[in-house]
Amino acid sequence: MNDAPPPDGGWDDQGYPGWFQRVSGVGSSVGQAVLVPALAVLTALIIGAFIIAITDVDTLRIWGSDPGEAFGLTMSGIFDAYKALFVGSVGSPRAISETLYAATPLILAGLAVAVGFQAGLFNIGVNGQMLIGGMAGLWVGFTFSLPMIIHIPLVVIAAIVFGGMWAAIAGFLKARTGAHEVITTIMLNFIALYLIDYLLKSSWFQEPGRNDPISKPANPSAHFPTLGDYRLNIGFVIALGAVWFVWWLMYRSTIGFEFRAVGFNPSGAKYAGMNVAWIYVAVMAVSGALAGIGGANQILGLEPYRGISNFAGTVGFDAIALALLGRSHPVGVLIAGLLFGALRAGGREMQGAAGIPIDLVLVLQALIIVMIAAPELVRAIYRIKTPEEETGTTISTGWGG
Amino acid sequence: MTTATSTSDVPVRTRATPQERRATGVGIVLIVLGVFVFWAFGLGSEPGADATFNLSLPGATFENITWVVSARWLAFAVAVILAFLGGMILRRSNVRWTNLALAIGLILFALAFLTWAAGGKSFSLVGMLRSTVLLSVPVTLGAMTGLMCERVAVINIAIEGQLLTAAFVGTIVGSAWGIWAGLVGAMLTGALLGAVLAVLAIKFRIDQIIAGVVINIFALGLTSFLARRVLSEAPDLNSPGRFTAFKIPILGDIPVLGPMFFEHNLFVYATFILVIVLHFGLFYTRWGLRSRSVGEHPKAADTVGINVYRTRYRNVILGGFIAGFGGAFFTLAQVSRFEENLTAGIGFIGLAAMIFGRWMPLGVFGAGLVFGFALALQQKLGILGTPIPSEFLSMTPYIVTIIVVAGVVGRARPPAADGKPYIKD
Repeated sequence: MNDAPPPDGGWDDQGYPGWFQRVSGVGSSVGQAVLVPALAVLTALIIGAFIIAITDVDTLRIWGSDPGEAFGLTMSGIFDAYKALFVGSVGSPRAISETLYAATPLILAGLAVAVGFQAGLFNIGVNGQMLIGGMAGLWVGFTFSLPMIIHIPLVVIAAIVFGGMWAAIAGFLKARTGAHEVITTIMLNFIALYLIDYLLKSSWFQEPGRNDPISKPANPSAHFPTLGDYRLNIGFVIALGAVWFVWWLMYRSTIGFEFRAVGFNPSGAKYAGMNVAWIYVAVMAVSGALAGIGGANQILGLEPYRGISNFAGTVGFDAIALALLGRSHPVGVLIAGLLFGALRAGGREMQGAAGIPIDLVLVLQALIIVMIAAPELVRAIYRIKTPEEETGTTISTGWGG
Repeated sequence: MTTATSTSDVPVRTRATPQERRATGVGIVLIVLGVFVFWAFGLGSEPGADATFNLSLPGATFENITWVVSARWLAFAVAVILAFLGGMILRRSNVRWTNLALAIGLILFALAFLTWAAGGKSFSLVGMLRSTVLLSVPVTLGAMTGLMCERVAVINIAIEGQLLTAAFVGTIVGSAWGIWAGLVGAMLTGALLGAVLAVLAIKFRIDQIIAGVVINIFALGLTSFLARRVLSEAPDLNSPGRFTAFKIPILGDIPVLGPMFFEHNLFVYATFILVIVLHFGLFYTRWGLRSRSVGEHPKAADTVGINVYRTRYRNVILGGFIAGFGGAFFTLAQVSRFEENLTAGIGFIGLAAMIFGRWMPLGVFGAGLVFGFALALQQKLGILGTPIPSEFLSMTPYIVTIIVVAGVVGRARPPAADGKPYIKD
């Protein structure tokens, strides 16, 4: 790790050089900071096009007999797919609503990972925290019947408390025993997965008369109000609030300064008199709380307002990509969340209209993260000059803690 | 922030060593388990309920060996033994026997639990143990992959992705050109992903955990995408056939142990051999010494002329072959067709087994058997219809892992340089 902070900051030139500079390796200018992610997305889309082309079974059969026709079909296949991706994400007001709607849990979960990154903790357990937080929110949602103005905040608070506590287990274990948070959070994910399956089949949650893991619906007063008949709902506003809160916490508050100091150099923070063990617990709790809100949004932000098995889907893992893409800065996470939301919304359209399975979006995401995490790859492809200070990305140092 | 240290003038007390504290903890755990067994499995079972364990499989050479035992009395006996073991550990704080006592205690606990669950019914104990061995195979192979990488200080959490992709390629190549080709294809796939991880981690020095996460996302996305887009169009590419079980002559006829260990498919036998070869290789050969030195102190290794980068590349790619072999187990031996996310977290259990087994092949195999037992239990208890929800059994491997990583069962110490990129001066 480099000890001296890089001379010039990017967007977050407040105080410490955060994860932003250290990870990016892009160095000084905002131009470069945007260039690499943009090229990463572009490259991912180009590779995605190849994947679409070589998996088109019907067209592949024609290549031998009629290459011209096959080429045309391939091109139009790619064009249709990406057109659907575009139309489905920003092509109409409804598409934009879908994009923002899909971005909501991604932003919240991405913030959760980002807070961890800034403090040098790798929270892979966002999925589990979403599940636990979401279940707590759901329970408040169907147990009480209150005015909406009280009910929704209560739901969110329950999600915050339970998501935070679930994540704090990993923080506590790291502080107390040195157990690496990557291992413990992965394990807690699986435990949460089975725990909610059990809960969903227990008499507390299960819809009467059902045998499969499905919960009672939340009371209407706990449903996140939507914008007209669009799916976009109050959850997006909460996510924007969370972006502001994380920015304030990390760059304007003492505790956030301590978080970043621990992330920058745990021993240094310790000798400066900070209680590193407590900070680990606090960071995980904040991270889990954000994830918990994301989980509540997964249930109370969409029909049928019920809990089902693994309702968090792959959001917890997308969140890692988001935090990397957004350089762990709240605004970066917001932008990255909107991008991935667009991929999601567009991906659904692509699946419906062009018959391309939405899993392609996962492949695109993986390609984007690789190129963000290894900017040398992008620079090698596009022959961009390498900035002076080149550091690899290391946020984890083995399992020992 | 920090509270003032007011204890500085208090005379220093001799504190228990970590080992002694652990021994105390283990002693207490054993006694608690004993009380629990007495209450739940002893008093909690029907007074006259006998559990009938079948110790042979139908059609075996020695057929119909059964063991009938009263669930209640066995539980009482186990409770007494557990309490005795716990008491011994507590009284003597004898550090040396802690692990042994814990292992015996846990095996007895499992036995009491099974007897309780099978009370009044007939249960194929051998069948259960046989699936334990079978299900431990992918876990063990995944763990061996992780071990190969981490012994040279490359963290591999992409095991899951390697298994999944290899399983996928195995089914396609196997369907097109036969199962042996499928096996080769799967192994090459595992090795290819290993090479990708190695390049990202060693050449580009990306954070190794991020590299692993990326490979996992990529593997899940690509295989699901292709399964929906290609395999659904061409189902003939998703029926590779399978490696069937065959009995080893003589050894397979031993009662209990025969069907448990020597009546399996190729993958199981290969795993036995691999475990022994790797253990020997790692601790008794030049290759092993060099690999370990690269994992513990790359700079020193470099100084004495070991090529750190080449050693890392080689071991990570070799590990990939093992993962590919493990992936093939799913589609070429277990189910003989690919489904989305077929591996369902086995790679992560493998990671846990690697830590549980403390980065040693024999230990890892033992850990694999423990996790295999938990997986088998999950399958078989459904048949017996116990009141315990299967979800809690499914959780067990993960909870055990957290307990292990948290050092409750002794500190698991990874290779010293694990996860750190090496930069040659």
